[in-house]
Amino acid sequence: MRYDTIIIGAGLSGLAAGIRLAYFDRSVCLLERHTTIGGLNSFYRLRGRNHDVGLHAVTNYAAPGTKTGPLSKLLRQLRLSWDDFSLVPQCGSRVDFPGCSLRFSNDFSLLEQEIAESFPSQIDGFRRLVAHIAGHNETSLDRESQSARAVTGEFLSDPLLIDMLFCPLMFYGSATPHDMDFSQFVIMFKSIFQEGFARPREGIRRILKHLVRKYRELGGELRLRAGVKQILMDGERATGVLLDDGTVIEGENILSSAGSAETLRLCPTLTSANETDPPGEISFVETIFSLDCLPASLGHEETIVFYSDTEKFRYDRPTDDCDISSGIICSPNNFQYDEPLEEGCLRITALADPDRWMDLPEEEYLRRKEDWCSRIARAALSHIPDFQPHVLDTDMFTPRTIRKFTGHLNGAVYGAPGKRLDGRTPVDNLYLCGTDQGFLGIIGSMLSGISMANAWLLR
Amino acid sequence: MNPEEIRQVVLEILERIAPDEDLSELDDSVPFRDQMELDSMDFLDIVMELRKQYRVQIPEEEYGHLVTMDSAVDYLTPRLKDASSPA
Ligand SMILES: Cc1cc2nc3c(=O)[nH]c(=O)nc-3n(C[C@H](O)[C@H](O)[C@H](O)COP(=O)(O)OP(=O)(O)OC[C@H]3O[C@@H](n4cnc5c(N)ncnc54)[C@H](O)[C@@H]3O)c2cc1C
Repeated sequence: MRYDTIIIGAGLSGLAAGIRLAYFDRSVCLLERHTTIGGLNSFYRLRGRNHDVGLHAVTNYAAPGTKTGPLSKLLRQLRLSWDDFSLVPQCGSRVDFPGCSLRFSNDFSLLEQEIAESFPSQIDGFRRLVAHIAGHNETSLDRESQSARAVTGEFLSDPLLIDMLFCPLMFYGSATPHDMDFSQFVIMFKSIFQEGFARPREGIRRILKHLVRKYRELGGELRLRAGVKQILMDGERATGVLLDDGTVIEGENILSSAGSAETLRLCPTLTSANETDPPGEISFVETIFSLDCLPASLGHEETIVFYSDTEKFRYDRPTDDCDISSGIICSPNNFQYDEPLEEGCLRITALADPDRWMDLPEEEYLRRKEDWCSRIARAALSHIPDFQPHVLDTDMFTPRTIRKFTGHLNGAVYGAPGKRLDGRTPVDNLYLCGTDQGFLGIIGSMLSGISMANAWLLR
Repeated sequence: MNPEEIRQVVLEILERIAPDEDLSELDDSVPFRDQMELDSMDFLDIVMELRKQYRVQIPEEEYGHLVTMDSAVDYLTPRLKDASSPA
C-alpha cells in the first residue's frame, strides 16, 4: 500500500494534520516512535497518579460559541465541538518581579488596569502598543522577522515593565534567548494576555482522546512504536520511510513534526542539516509536587505565577544545571471547575542547560534531580505560600527526558531558533509541521498541522 | 438534485463548517462573508466539502460563484443535476 501522506510524529500537530487529510479522504499513515501519542504534550502514570507531561494551560481561550480566533478556527477545521475539549477558564495569574507584580486574567482589562496603577507613565504607550498589535498580521506565512524588543521599545520606556511583559510570553513560546521575533511576540501576547488560559478538567488526555478518536473514525491509520529511521529518497524526491524495525512504508508526500534539524538528519543525502537548521537550545526542567491538600487551602488561588527574582529577566541557556532566579509556578487545581480535582498539585518549571543533563551517569543524574527539585521548591516560596510540608510525591523531568520521549535534540521545547514558516524543506515533497514550522503551544501546533495540510497536501 | 435540494446541501455544508452560526435568517442574495464569520480557510472548505461529497471539481477561477447562496445554487444546478440528494 502506498499512502497519499505519511506523517512523522503523533504529537498535536501530526494528529491535527492527520484529521484534516483523513477527513478529505486521503490515505494517511501516522507514525510515532513512542508507545503513546501526544509528543511534548503527552501523559503518563507514575506510582498510582496520572500526570500530564507538559500541560500547564491551554492558551487562546475563547468561550464556547465564539466565532473568531484561533481556538474557534481550529475546532471548525477539525470538525470538533466545543464540548470535545471542555475547556475550563483560569482563576487568574500573576507576573511577579522584585517590588512589583501584575495580575492578569482572561479579561484583558485587568492587566491594563494593573499597568495603569503600577506604571502610570507607561499606560498610554501600552495602549498604543496594544493597538499596534491588533493591526499586525502575525500569522502571515511570508512575514519578515523583526525584533520584538525593538518594536516594544518604540512604545514603552520602562525596562521593568518591558521585562514583565516579555516574561510569560518568552517562557511559553520563545525558541530564541533574550528577544523574540515580533510576530511570535504578537501571537503569544494575544494567546496569553488577550485570550487567556484554560484547562480541561481531565488534562491533556481529554484533548488527545478526542483527536485520536476523530482521526480513527475517519479511517486514519496510527502506528505506535514505529520510529522513522530514515527518509527514503529517489533523486530529489522522498519516496517513503524506513522504520526502526526495518519495515518500509511508501508515500506520495511526507509531513514531519519531528523538528527541522531532526527531520533533515533522517535524509541521507542532506548532510549539512546542522548548519542550515541548527537545533534549539532552550530547555526546561519541570517538577511536579502532589499535595495532601488543595493549594487554595494554603492560600494559593492563582493559576500561574511567572516570576523573576532579578529586575532584568534572563531568558537564556543557564550557566548552571538550572536557573532558579526565574520560573513558572502552575497549579492545575486553580481553574474554575464545577468540582475540584481530587488531589492538590503544583508544577514548577525552570530554565535548564541541556548539555549538563544529557550524559550524566544514572546515579549522578538522579542525585542532581533530587537536589534541584528541593532548590526549585525553596525558590518558589518567595512567591507562593509554603507547600513543602504537604508534599506526598514528586516527579521531575529534565531536557534528557524530553529528548528521550520526543526525539527533540537538546530537549528543546520550542524547537529551533529559525523557523520554516512555509513548511518547505530542501526535499520537494517533504514538509514540516509543528514547532519548527513556527506555530507552537497546544493550540498553535494543531493550527500548524492544519495549515500545512491545507497548504500542501489537500490541493 | 433540484435547486431547492442544492440549497439544502450548501446550507448543511455551512452548518458543518461554522456550527456556531445561526443560519436561519440567511439572506440568499447577500455574500456569506457579510453575514457570518468565514475566513479564507473556511471558504476553501466549502469547495472541498463539495468535492468530498459530490465529486464536483471547482477550479480556483470559479470560486467567485460561491459567494452568495443564490449564485452558488445557480452555479451548482447544472453541475449537480444528476447527483442524488443526500436524504
Ligand atoms: C514541559 C512542557 C510544558 C508545556 N506546557 C504547555 C502549556 O502549558 N501550554 C501549551 O500550549 N503548550 C505547552 N507546551 C508546548 C506544547 O506541548 C508543544 O508546543 C506541542 O505539543 C508541540 O507539538 P508538535 O506536534 O509540534 O511536536 P511534538 O509534540 O514534539 O510531536 C512530535 C512527535 O514526533 C515523534 N517523533 C520524533 N521523531 C520521530 C521519528 N523519527 N519517528 C517517529 N516519530 C518521531 C515524537 O515522539 C513526538 O511524539 C509544553 C511543552 C513542554 C515540553
